[in-house]
Amino acid sequence: MTLRTSPEVGGMGHSIKRKEDPRFIRGKGTYVDDVVLPGMLYLDIVRSPHAHAKIVKIDPSKAMAVPGVLAVITGQDLAKYNLHWMPTLMSDTQMVLPVEKVMYQAQEVAAVLATSRYAAADGAAVVEVEYDPLPAVVDPHKALEPGAPVLRTDKKDKKDNHIWHWEWGDRAATDRAFAEADVTVKEKIYIPRIHVASIETCGCIAHFDKVDGKLTVWMTTQAPHAIRTVFALVAGHVGLAEHKIRIISPDIGGGFGGKVPVYPGYVIAVAASVLTGKPVKWIEDRMENLQADSFARDYHITAELAAKKDGTLTALRIKTLADHGYTDAAANPSKFPAGLFHVCTGSYDLKAAHVEVDGAYTNKPPGGIAYRCSFRVTEAVHTIERMVDIMAHQLGQDPAEFRMKNFIRPEQFPYKSALGWEYDSGNYGGALQKAMDGVGYAELRREQAEKRNRGELMGIGISSFTEIVGAGPSKHFDILGIKMFDSCEIRIHPTGKAIARFGTKSQGQGHETTYAQILAEELGIPAADIQVEEGDTDTAPYGLGTYASRSTPVAGAAAAVASRKILDKARKIAAHLLEVAAEDLVYEPGKFSVKGSPNRSKTIQDVAFAAYTNHPQGMEAGLEAVSYYDPPNLTYPFGSYICVVDIDKGTGEVKIRRFLAIDDCGNIINPMIVQGQVHGGLTMGLAPALFEEISYDEFGNVQGGSFIDYLVPTAVETPKWETGHTVTPSPHHPLGAKGVGESATVGAPAAIANAVVDALWHLGVRHVDIPITPPKVWKLLREKGVTE
Amino acid sequence: MRVQVTINGEKHDADVEPRLLLVHLIREVLRLTGTHIGCDTTHCGACTVILDGRPVKSCTVFAVQAHEREIMTVEGLEQNGALHPLQEGFMAEHGLQCGYCTPGMLMTSHAFLAKHPAPTEDEIRRAISGNLCRCTGYVNIVKAVQHAAAKLRETAGAGGAR
Repeated sequence: MTLRTSPEVGGMGHSIKRKEDPRFIRGKGTYVDDVVLPGMLYLDIVRSPHAHAKIVKIDPSKAMAVPGVLAVITGQDLAKYNLHWMPTLMSDTQMVLPVEKVMYQAQEVAAVLATSRYAAADGAAVVEVEYDPLPAVVDPHKALEPGAPVLRTDKKDKKDNHIWHWEWGDRAATDRAFAEADVTVKEKIYIPRIHVASIETCGCIAHFDKVDGKLTVWMTTQAPHAIRTVFALVAGHVGLAEHKIRIISPDIGGGFGGKVPVYPGYVIAVAASVLTGKPVKWIEDRMENLQADSFARDYHITAELAAKKDGTLTALRIKTLADHGYTDAAANPSKFPAGLFHVCTGSYDLKAAHVEVDGAYTNKPPGGIAYRCSFRVTEAVHTIERMVDIMAHQLGQDPAEFRMKNFIRPEQFPYKSALGWEYDSGNYGGALQKAMDGVGYAELRREQAEKRNRGELMGIGISSFTEIVGAGPSKHFDILGIKMFDSCEIRIHPTGKAIARFGTKSQGQGHETTYAQILAEELGIPAADIQVEEGDTDTAPYGLGTYASRSTPVAGAAAAVASRKILDKARKIAAHLLEVAAEDLVYEPGKFSVKGSPNRSKTIQDVAFAAYTNHPQGMEAGLEAVSYYDPPNLTYPFGSYICVVDIDKGTGEVKIRRFLAIDDCGNIINPMIVQGQVHGGLTMGLAPALFEEISYDEFGNVQGGSFIDYLVPTAVETPKWETGHTVTPSPHHPLGAKGVGESATVGAPAAIANAVVDALWHLGVRHVDIPITPPKVWKLLREKGVTE
Repeated sequence: MRVQVTINGEKHDADVEPRLLLVHLIREVLRLTGTHIGCDTTHCGACTVILDGRPVKSCTVFAVQAHEREIMTVEGLEQNGALHPLQEGFMAEHGLQCGYCTPGMLMTSHAFLAKHPAPTEDEIRRAISGNLCRCTGYVNIVKAVQHAAAKLRETAGAGGAR
């Protein structure tokens, strides 16, 4: 992409330094726990030690005796206002506080309101709860067996633990393709439950002003407007109207999807503030965060892939059991209970596919959020990339050549997939070739063969993924009926500086910088002269928020469109100032000049001043615009990753020697930021591949509920990532850009898993579920007779 | 209990409960909110401050343990309006994204560079392995620390020559 602006203006393609950094490197960010209001009270939560139990009695007397404790709030208290249950984003219901029974370990049971953080914790420690334990349903397969205890006894007529069945694709055509196939492979793949574990946990300060009846909530949320509407819908019956609710999402210490849902703690804090008229702060601790907040993944997948004997892939069939915990609180577009899992045909030109997913209730916390991925795309990519690798090995073909042969070819775009998606653009072979050249693929294969002769275990893994981000076209994508557009509102000040506000909310992605660069690119106003604001529902235009890599595809497009609306008016003002017809002007970023007389020109700053001081007769003063952008399609970023591993036969440890990521996210706005997003995404791909898992024992006790045993990678485990990119612009995005924040998280686990299996295939290993931990590999090696 | 501490060169006096954590003294009593809290188990390092020259996780130190001792927090890095080379390095190398782990990373790196002016990449990675970052993948944090180390060596060299 050629640069259209100077580094001083800092439009697209410039790695300008981030506008948010000066406050963060000084410790001057404002995160939610930094906000303190006069007279503020503190909330702490009592949680269940049982996975499934009836609540016999809650005795608050000892807690009430703790100095500073003002109240113990229970489900019975909330029930008086019908606030003890709340709807989930998937139109299921979730307890705020229980009245009858608890459904998972660490579930909220009661809340203690006190004058200080310590007093609230003291109170929570001595609330006495008597439970009558019930049998826990932990395994989702067993949950669906006849005779399993029915968990949702609150739902009249619910006779089992089956939530929904969803299927997509042409079953008959797929069955036919499998019947005609020369070769088929089948594998069970479990993608375990994990947690985003943003370094800042969740929390809020709710402040209900009894005089003007307005509720202000400072809140760790990625989607402030959607939250405001949900609050208005849920609490309308107690008098909270939407114009009396203000959600402020301050600086957010990482989100990754975990700050999309509404957690009970937020609602209890709001209720406590409405009742007391005082500000109430609730900040969860790390164990609460890991044990009770939304999980990601937990898909039990059975996949089958069909091919001709020459290695041409023909069809894919997938059956999946989704463990949702005790309620379906997934953060998906409402029409898609399994998210965008049906992008599972990936980068390959398959002729038929069919996918089925069944949701099950278990005694686990609810969730089904993204973990830095666009609605179940990691599950889809992991499945197809593992299956393609298995097929290549099965046919004795090189996994890279095999992919090259089966890729959707560049000339096939826009490409309609077997499951109905229209991929906007791609050059998959280009990215894979660049990755192969970058790592020296042929040489690595030679080295692997030599090492194998010596009995050493080395593997080379490829993942050539296709992402699907930027939800979305509003005809298909909504959340509880609210269409998934996003917004930008721009005001140019008389002196040529600007403010731009958005319906999204950065959690570290650098929106203040990236969005300013989009405006700089379009308007020619230096990025340094543009203030970007997000996260305050009283000032920002309505938008659906930041998750699923939608900010650049949707709000970034809105910024371009709003800028172009401004330029339409600016052109008329410039024509007026230059006394020529508007059509006689040529525009380059920041400057209108008269065709054929380049010296006769007006800058955008001249035009901005005139918009307030010397605008044409009959034209309104001012220079501002708003865009609510409804994308015509999603964007389909892609990439090819190559991972090289060495496996220690003595310990089972997988050592990543090299990892090269070639990404293509279309036109790049800030290369430095994009690379940073890829680095971070790769590390959140590494994490579930090798380290992270939240599992449960047979009683529903959580394993992996603190940083002691939930292994977030440190700098020591994290490889020295190598990155690069190709550029295939999106044809429908105004800037040719695609999302990138999650590509690497989506693509990396399969590259790592494929490398491990590649190292072990000759021993008869066909698949290893992630996380690929040393004990798992060690056991496998011993089973295969490999000794140190 | 009465606790006297010097934070970033400034003396502070407070009457606190014996069980008050140092991080709460810093954040809530003295309102220096640059130091963050990210876990309860001394794993994440977001609360790292420098206590008498050593990096400590202030969520597992009682405020009273810091009595009559010197503490440095992220707010103490900038001197007379000049950013510390570590702050410059983190900005120049894109060593931060959400900014939440950043103050702890800066403090750990500060204490580390004081003792290891010319570290290798692996030494830097080990040094910051008590600080979790979920955004950056560490590559640019390592570069940021190298950037600062080079700058500090340069300054020390110039100082030595004088």
